[in-house]
Amino acid sequence: MAHAADEAGRDQRPGGSPARMVLEPAEIRRALTRIAHEILERTSGAGDVVLLGIPTRGVPLAHRLAERLEQVEGHPVPAGSLDITMYRDDLRLRPARALGHTEVPTAGIDDKIVVLVDDVLYSGRTVRAALDALGDIGRPRAVQLAVLIDRGHRELPIRPDYVGKNLPTSQREIVRVLLTEVDGEDAVLLGTRQEGS
Amino acid sequence: MTGTWLIRGARLLGGDPADVLVRDGLVAEIGPGLDEPGAGRLDAGGLILLPGLVDLHTHLREPGREDAETVASGTAAAALGGFTTVHAMANTEPVADTAGVVEQVWRLGREAGRCDVQPVGAVTAGLEGSRLAELGAMADSAARVRVFSDDGRCVHDAVLMRRALEYVRAFGGVIAQHAQEPRLTAGAQVNEGEMSGRLGLTGWPAVAEEAIIARDCLLAAHVGSALHVCHVSTAGSVEIIRWAKSKGWQVTAEVTPHHLLLTEALASDYDPVFKVNPPLRTAEDAAALRAGLADGTIDCVATDHAPHPLEDKETEWEVAAFGMTGLETALRVVHEAVVEPGLLDWAGVADRMSARPAAIGRLSGHGRVAPGEPANLVLYDPAPREAVDPTAQASKSRNTPFAGLVLPGRVVATFLRGRPTVLDGKLAW
Amino acid sequence: MNRHLISAGDLSLADALLILDTADELASMAERPVKKLPTLRGRTVVNLFYEDSTRTRISFEAAAKRLSADVINFSAKGSSVAKGESLKDTALTLEAMGADAVVIRHGASGAPHRLAGWVQGSVVNAGDGAHEHPTQALLDAFTMRRRLGRLDGLRVTIVGDVLHSRVARSNVLLLSTLGAEVTLVAPPTLLPVAVGGWPCSVGYDLDAALPKADVVMMLRVQQERMNAAYFPTVREYSRRYGLDAARMALLPEHAIVMHPGPMNRGVEIAAEVADSVRSTIVEQVANGVSVRMAVLYLLLSGPAQQGGQR
Repeated sequence: MAHAADEAGRDQRPGGSPARMVLEPAEIRRALTRIAHEILERTSGAGDVVLLGIPTRGVPLAHRLAERLEQVEGHPVPAGSLDITMYRDDLRLRPARALGHTEVPTAGIDDKIVVLVDDVLYSGRTVRAALDALGDIGRPRAVQLAVLIDRGHRELPIRPDYVGKNLPTSQREIVRVLLTEVDGEDAVLLGTRQEGS
Repeated sequence: MTGTWLIRGARLLGGDPADVLVRDGLVAEIGPGLDEPGAGRLDAGGLILLPGLVDLHTHLREPGREDAETVASGTAAAALGGFTTVHAMANTEPVADTAGVVEQVWRLGREAGRCDVQPVGAVTAGLEGSRLAELGAMADSAARVRVFSDDGRCVHDAVLMRRALEYVRAFGGVIAQHAQEPRLTAGAQVNEGEMSGRLGLTGWPAVAEEAIIARDCLLAAHVGSALHVCHVSTAGSVEIIRWAKSKGWQVTAEVTPHHLLLTEALASDYDPVFKVNPPLRTAEDAAALRAGLADGTIDCVATDHAPHPLEDKETEWEVAAFGMTGLETALRVVHEAVVEPGLLDWAGVADRMSARPAAIGRLSGHGRVAPGEPANLVLYDPAPREAVDPTAQASKSRNTPFAGLVLPGRVVATFLRGRPTVLDGKLAW
Repeated sequence: MNRHLISAGDLSLADALLILDTADELASMAERPVKKLPTLRGRTVVNLFYEDSTRTRISFEAAAKRLSADVINFSAKGSSVAKGESLKDTALTLEAMGADAVVIRHGASGAPHRLAGWVQGSVVNAGDGAHEHPTQALLDAFTMRRRLGRLDGLRVTIVGDVLHSRVARSNVLLLSTLGAEVTLVAPPTLLPVAVGGWPCSVGYDLDAALPKADVVMMLRVQQERMNAAYFPTVREYSRRYGLDAARMALLPEHAIVMHPGPMNRGVEIAAEVADSVRSTIVEQVANGVSVRMAVLYLLLSGPAQQGGQR
């Protein structure tokens, strides 16, 4: 997705407000590598770890983490996806959404350390829904949370275990994560919400 | 009400304005610049003057279904629609198959006094289609029945139809057939065609009407009798009637306002207000009916006014009653369907809605506006355009398919033998 | 999506695919220990079944319950309905009870249309007279896609009493929206007069149609139709239009055999065909629950509708 950038490094997206890149591809790479190492440390080698990405962009992130974990430790770490649409607490407020794909690795999650992976942590409601979804699938030994960006403004008592970058934002700002697998490029952009958008 | 009325500046049969003097129940004089001291004055500038309309096909429901309509409410509706005579069909409870019942209906009409009620006698006893009713007794009764019909049902037995056609010649009667082959239409709900297939409803094929009409025209010709065909609804029927008339046979036919204007597409939402027998048909059929009325193949417009209470119409389609009201909207619908597009002029409307139905009904005193004739008149304002409001109607029932539809025109006044039954669009008493 | 699901013809291609894709995701739920999602918690789904149909009613009930909705069953027998209460009055009662969705099966075509005018909630047509059965068509399409991997360009042959079949109507509409090629095979008496205007082809010869069919769907034929002269005898019908083992051998190797149920074994379908590996009859039932869950989810999430407009 080619786009024009003006001299200040602001990206002009069609139809959007001027967005500023706050994380470049190399920085994203390094953040994920660091998170992978942190996971290995805290889980003593990720032997019982199952990575579950929350669609859409949590899923490629989960797979990238799984790759890095395998590179370092030499054994594959199961990675899958967990769609939480049916567990959202705001279903009555918006029209019905299409479901994302759920794929739980064959080993299951019982007695495992599930690391939920998402691109942006904001209010925490998505993660709350994910915890409910997990509860209907099995009983993990522990659940941890890895996010690429923590933008603050939590509405629930949820905290991440692994964070790529802490990004303080105002509620009027939008954080957009782009990943090659989905968007053709890697970037994290920060822009201002349009009036009425 | 004074017996003398001066109607000023009315367009007689849609022609140039003239004054009409009504006195002692008759049209006394027609001409420009008339005056009559002491007469009631009606300024009819811009209004069309027609002879009082004659409906050959109305269901007044009394006796038996007074929840839907009574002679009183039905004739009030008729007057508001510009009618001065309605023929009350025989499918009441009890059926009008004896002198007693027809005389009762006739008297109720006279007592209500808003519109002449000419009872129609049943052809077969109880409408059961197995033996003739006492047609002679009904003809000789005070009601002087001349039109006989099993309407609602078809006289499908060929022998019985032949006998009926022959028998009524003795007193100048006419058999009015509701053409519907019963076996081909068992359980039928809508026109058989695109809609019935799509809606999953049993179809009412056009051939079930056309086959009976063809048979009855041939029978009437064979025995030398008069046949009247009720509510013609298909293009094929129009062609058959045109052919029969070309042979010089005594065949007359009527069409309803709703068949002139509406089509089967309206059934797509399963709203039973559009359920009627015979059903609404295709656009091609409606166009053929309009053309047939314009060229006189179809002799007249008859409303088939069929009132039904809410609980018989606010249901699933299959369970709902067949029928639509029509007295109060008839003239406006005819205006919209054939006058506006230039198919028929107002003189033609007078012919199709008054003169010819009066002739078919063997009525005297209706159908003409001329000095010396009884003053049965209707004054109609062609200018306004307004939506039809069922709650503002005099009929007890609300099942009009025109609800909410914007139609032209307004009946302003109706006179029955010189006495106004409707003034300024409202019942005169 | 529309507020109601009354006709398969109301679904655009995008709507139909959304339902099928959603059902795909929900189908995997059936393997979980906890077969319940909290999605429709607090919503009330009423099953209004005027016709006896345990199978369909249970399917909708299971679908609603797996989404944590409350389910209320009205069946025609022994209720006020049996005592002659009108559809309108029943509708008003349901309104008063606060039904978010009414699933209605009724013997009269068009009953769901009428109901939709009297209730605020969503109306789901579970079969109305000879008109439509949209969730059946959806589960049929879902089954085809699962078994054969696609719908676009799929050749589907539907055999039997099309004239009186709501399943046939819904399937023709939905499959043509989804890009499949539909052929109807039946004796001329059992095809609607205007079927030429439908988005499908028509044939009278079953043997000619089978080698070109990826899917054969057999419709149930009622014996009573013989009495109204739609066909001379059940034996002749079966001989000309029944799917027996010999005919099944004419099908391409990958082809599947479907039937909406209940079957007249030996009339339109032979026992060995119904029980063969090509037959999807059993999995159609399971797929029915997933598809109905998808429909209820897509109709009922979102803000409650204001006013009675459709």
